Amino acid sequence: MADELRIAVTADVDVVTARQRGREVAAQAGFSSGDQTVIAAAISEVARNILNYAKRGEVQLSVVTNGDRQGVIIVARDQGPGIPDVQRALEDGYSTSGGLGLGLPGARRLMDDFDVTSAVGKGTTVTMKKWRRMNA
Amino acid sequence: MEVPILKQGHYLIASIQSALTDADLSQLREALIERVGKFRARGVIVDVTALDVMDSFAVRTLRDIAHMARLRGAETVIVGIQPEVAFAMVQLGLTLKGVSTALDLEEGLLFLDQQAKLRIERGTGRIDRG
Ligand SMILES: Nc1ncnc2c1ncn2[C@@H]1O[C@H](COP(=O)(O)OP(=O)(O)O)[C@@H](O)[C@H]1O
Ligand SMILES: [Mg+2]
Repeated sequence: MADELRIAVTADVDVVTARQRGREVAAQAGFSSGDQTVIAAAISEVARNILNYAKRGEVQLSVVTNGDRQGVIIVARDQGPGIPDVQRALEDGYSTSGGLGLGLPGARRLMDDFDVTSAVGKGTTVTMKKWRRMNA
Repeated sequence: MEVPILKQGHYLIASIQSALTDADLSQLREALIERVGKFRARGVIVDVTALDVMDSFAVRTLRDIAHMARLRGAETVIVGIQPEVAFAMVQLGLTLKGVSTALDLEEGLLFLDQQAKLRIERGTGRIDRG
């Protein structure tokens, strides 16, 4: 499906916009309101990380169909400083900014698929997916 | 989006009306702490019923509000966390440790009244015994 939405993240209102668009996309894809909230919360965390650590970037939302499954795919991308140790960044409580350190590990728990690709000096891409059975 | 803060007796009630940006949340924290002193408030209620999600920044700010208000002699209670929001919070690993919560505004007011009564019975007045 070519349904795709891009939200530029350059200010804190964009974090709210990204999670609200994410909720709408999830609703259109037939996710329960509980799952919509889960998806919105995960988007909020990765979008805020873009703002906090990279200053700017984008969140891309799309819906895919795969057999009898439908999914929401969220890609949060920036060209910021990158993450030197992704494994550590995914640990509960690890933060380089005095934050709670629960954004990445928490978003991973909220979603079905979760991947972080990062290169120091080049940027970070977080890709996360949530699936649902279509005839359920 | 500024959050309206109502004064009701010795209590301050902040009713969040919509999704809030991080700046809005920080502004709410400053406004509440300032008003606890200005109105000599004994209790603060933050009604989050309309909040779309509670992410790590929202939780951190609410915890800060509760701890700062306590240092100023006021008890804080967070009310109206929706079931789906609670579910997402738990998955994220977010806790409101050390912060009182109640189901809704009515329960929150009851809770603060009980706290006030306890303080009078113990004769502790505004002194916080943590
Ligand atoms: N987009 C990003 N660019 C650079 N570093 C990031 C990015 N996202 C996360 N990080 C790093 O990973 C750490 C953990 O992130 P997170 O789990 O969201 O916790 P927190 O934001 O509270 O620190 C951050 O402190 C930061 O060092
Ligand atoms: Mg974060």
